[in-house]
Amino acid sequence: MSTAPVALVTGASRGIGAATARLLAQSGYRLVLVARREGLLREVARECEASGALVSVHPADVTNAGAVTDVFRSVMQSEGRLDALVNAAGAMADAGFAMTKLSTLEDLFRVNVSGTFQCSQLAAKLMLRQRSGSIVNVASKVGESGSAGQAAYAASKAAVSGLTKSLAKELGPLGVRVNAVAPGFIETDLTAHYGADARTAISANIALRRLGQADEVAKVVRFLCSSDAAYVTGQVLGVDGGFVL
Amino acid sequence: MATPEENRAALANVFTTALAIAPDRVVDALAYNAIAEWDSTAHMLLVSELEGAFNVMLDTDDIIDLSSVAKAKEILSKHGVAFA
Repeated sequence: MSTAPVALVTGASRGIGAATARLLAQSGYRLVLVARREGLLREVARECEASGALVSVHPADVTNAGAVTDVFRSVMQSEGRLDALVNAAGAMADAGFAMTKLSTLEDLFRVNVSGTFQCSQLAAKLMLRQRSGSIVNVASKVGESGSAGQAAYAASKAAVSGLTKSLAKELGPLGVRVNAVAPGFIETDLTAHYGADARTAISANIALRRLGQADEVAKVVRFLCSSDAAYVTGQVLGVDGGFVL
Repeated sequence: MATPEENRAALANVFTTALAIAPDRVVDALAYNAIAEWDSTAHMLLVSELEGAFNVMLDTDDIIDLSSVAKAKEILSKHGVAFA
């Protein structure tokens, strides 16, 4: 069996998840890729394989607890270990507070919080066997700072930050590190609906005066997965170009 | 397929490893939180070691219910691990 570290990436079919998968492939990881859209996921898998990585593809929705359990059971059987988990599956919704349905809030929590929670729980059990591992969650700048018109999304991402810090404390004594990145405005499918005027206005509030790219977040995720971050846990690292909300 | 005797030995080994206790302390009555070594942190290690040793995946209800050595045997039996 290969001695390459094993990383599982959720939301790997696009955006930050896909960018992370590509970078981890280049860094010598064996990859377990999870996302709902099988076609897109297989495209990312082919790119990762072109970098020499061994890749397994698992079309699954992180809100489906049974399907998620099956993915981790498969990892346990086929890999026998897990070195890194990147919880990149996520959803966003923009709406004024008064116009946000409770069902929208619940949907966001199911993907952003419950999905991250369950994957982390299952991953931790595998990582504890080797007394090492790194979990990296994708939080958000708006979860840290708040954002008018994104109360539900911000609340769900703030929960991810709280989960990250709590798991770092609980799993740290057992050798597992838990961190998060808090991206600012990153150009992905999740933000594709923002028009030119909105982008210009947002850029004016970013110290670097430009929007971020998924790859720029993925590089920080890769760092947090790696042994270069061996003494880093419980951190929510802003990757936002100096974004002020 | 392991024999009941081999499974009992493996179970004892898991408890001694995860809780860092002597083998003679692993008895059916040994219970969660009854000794300092079996706290919530050790419980996570115990679950992880049990899953690895017996090639099973315990669900959250099992993990909550895993309150003693006797209970561990009962839960693992549901997953096809024989102790008698």
